[in-house]
Amino acid sequence: MAAYLIRRLWQMVPTMIGVVLLVFLLFKGFGGDPAEILAGLNATQQQVEAIRQQLGLNEPWWVQLWINVKQIVTFEWGRSWATNESVANIFATRLPATLTVMLPILILDALLALPIAMWVAYRRGSLADRTIMVITTVALSISFLVYIILGQYVFGFQLGWFPVQGWSDSVLKNLVTYVPLPVLLALMVGIAPQTRLYRTFFLDELGHDYVRTARAKGMTERTVLFKHVLRNALIPILTNIGLALPGVFVGSFLIEVFFSIPGLGREVILAVNRSDYPVLQALTVYLAVLTMLINLAVDVLYKLVDPRVVLK
Amino acid sequence: MSVALDKPGDPAAPARVARSEGVWHAAWRRLRADRVGMVSLVVVLLFVVLIVLSATGIVARQWQREVGVPSAPPSIMGPAAKTEAAAIEGPKGPNVDISDVDPLAPRYKEWEERAARYKTAEAPKAQTLPFGGDRLGRDVLAKALKGTQTSVFVGLLAAVVATLIGTLLGALAGFFGGKVGDFLEWLYSVFTSIPEILLLLCFAAVFGRGIGSVAFILALVGWTGLYRQVRAEFLKHSVRDYVRSAEAIGASTASRMFRHILPNVSHVILVRMSLLVVGFIKFEVILSYLGLGVGVDDVSWGTMLAEAQSELILGHWWQLVAATAFMAVFVTAFSLFTDALRDALDPKLRGLE
Repeated sequence: MAAYLIRRLWQMVPTMIGVVLLVFLLFKGFGGDPAEILAGLNATQQQVEAIRQQLGLNEPWWVQLWINVKQIVTFEWGRSWATNESVANIFATRLPATLTVMLPILILDALLALPIAMWVAYRRGSLADRTIMVITTVALSISFLVYIILGQYVFGFQLGWFPVQGWSDSVLKNLVTYVPLPVLLALMVGIAPQTRLYRTFFLDELGHDYVRTARAKGMTERTVLFKHVLRNALIPILTNIGLALPGVFVGSFLIEVFFSIPGLGREVILAVNRSDYPVLQALTVYLAVLTMLINLAVDVLYKLVDPRVVLK
Repeated sequence: MSVALDKPGDPAAPARVARSEGVWHAAWRRLRADRVGMVSLVVVLLFVVLIVLSATGIVARQWQREVGVPSAPPSIMGPAAKTEAAAIEGPKGPNVDISDVDPLAPRYKEWEERAARYKTAEAPKAQTLPFGGDRLGRDVLAKALKGTQTSVFVGLLAAVVATLIGTLLGALAGFFGGKVGDFLEWLYSVFTSIPEILLLLCFAAVFGRGIGSVAFILALVGWTGLYRQVRAEFLKHSVRDYVRSAEAIGASTASRMFRHILPNVSHVILVRMSLLVVGFIKFEVILSYLGLGVGVDDVSWGTMLAEAQSELILGHWWQLVAATAFMAVFVTAFSLFTDALRDALDPKLRGLE
């Protein structure tokens, strides 16, 4: 196990170098001149020159790349160009808000989609199965934007059940007052594709020989479904949740923008609009690391769910 | 023996001469039998006709003209009720003549004459429009048609570019393996280790907006899935007998890759590409809503939704409904068609997501 972990971590190094290079080249090669973005429209030539000197933009590119790598390793990204807030501080203060909204969505999504998918797969071809499939197809074709716009209008503005948007400092108040509406809307959007996906996983397992054997032995349908099929179908489902996890940390930025939630996702959009490169670069690099670590964690989790899996 | 078999009149001869059914022919036969697939194909083709009409300027050429009153309601609702604006009270005091101290007074007459030389025509503004009007009185139907053209075009263009990138890289990685394969696998792992939406926003921050750059950004982010599949297919095919035979008779590497293997995997690529179209259209709508998508002079479903959000609070729901309806119908039809296409081209995949 330890050897496996070490080798997997070692394999991440080249990918990580690639991510750093990609981000560096992207912003260096195609982005605007940082000095001119920073100095603003009315800057004099001397001011621009001074900023270039300060950021090391007059150095050759490999020195700049080295500065970049040092920033990543020491977690010292400097300050946001737009607000002068330190990037580390942005991460620390925005992440809790994102998690407050996104974790309930992730958990409820999986918990609700799982039984629906199992039931639909079990009753394959029935009216309920086909109805749910048609509903999910149509639900999937409507943009998430429409759900949010209508949801805010109907539940927030017309019915007044929830505040349209807002945020407070207390976690409890956020969870009770401000989080329900975005979570509800995200679930309405998220459950459809999740159900379709999980249904195919269950269908796949239901067609296997072991299911027939279990039934032939005279096991109850409940045991077959919950002890045999569910455990086997959990493997692709876990992969899927693992894939969704890194997204949680950026938050669904649409939700954060619409509901004015001061999270990382909204910060990304603000950074894009202000050409605030340090924030974007830092976020991209660290999320890439996080994604790789989560993938590793999911692989280790397989071992727990399915003892047959051999970690190589 | 073979001479005897080829003799005319031999019952076995026609069966030998008749060519076996090709993969495209068989797929078309299966697709025709799929009722849902055919209906969605018809809907998609109708949309294609609409898009061609609007791209050539036959319909919706003047979507930017303000043909109605601001926020004109749809015709079925009748004109909006007139709200009495409180008349502004005129000044009550005596009119003071200040022309002797007003420095501009001598030129008023000259200006009036010059202004009179310009002809202005009061364009009659429609009180209602078939699908209603937006905040500026532009016809929502024309906007929706033009928006359909933009959104679908961006989705298709991006899917084509992503397919080209993915196919080329996948073919190289699958066929050559070794150093080339390792390098491309590394590139793939780099692109997939960054969450898709974040990579998209990074590219958007750098490349700016406009129809071309949105399509380019989407393609740069979206090629990875297709690459993976094409690579797997090429790995499988490159050791097959027919490819080795081609090599034995002296077919060049490029010829083996693109004349022998590519036609045999093209159905996989086609299915993947149509899956990409739907995803890209949804992304384009989101990017345009956020102001990172098409330019300010273009209209797409995303920009319509962005405008619709503030209109909805005033009770002007028609732009939201128009954009949503067009998008929902097209995307549903296209997804169903993609499913049917996949079932027809690759029956093994039936039922999988």
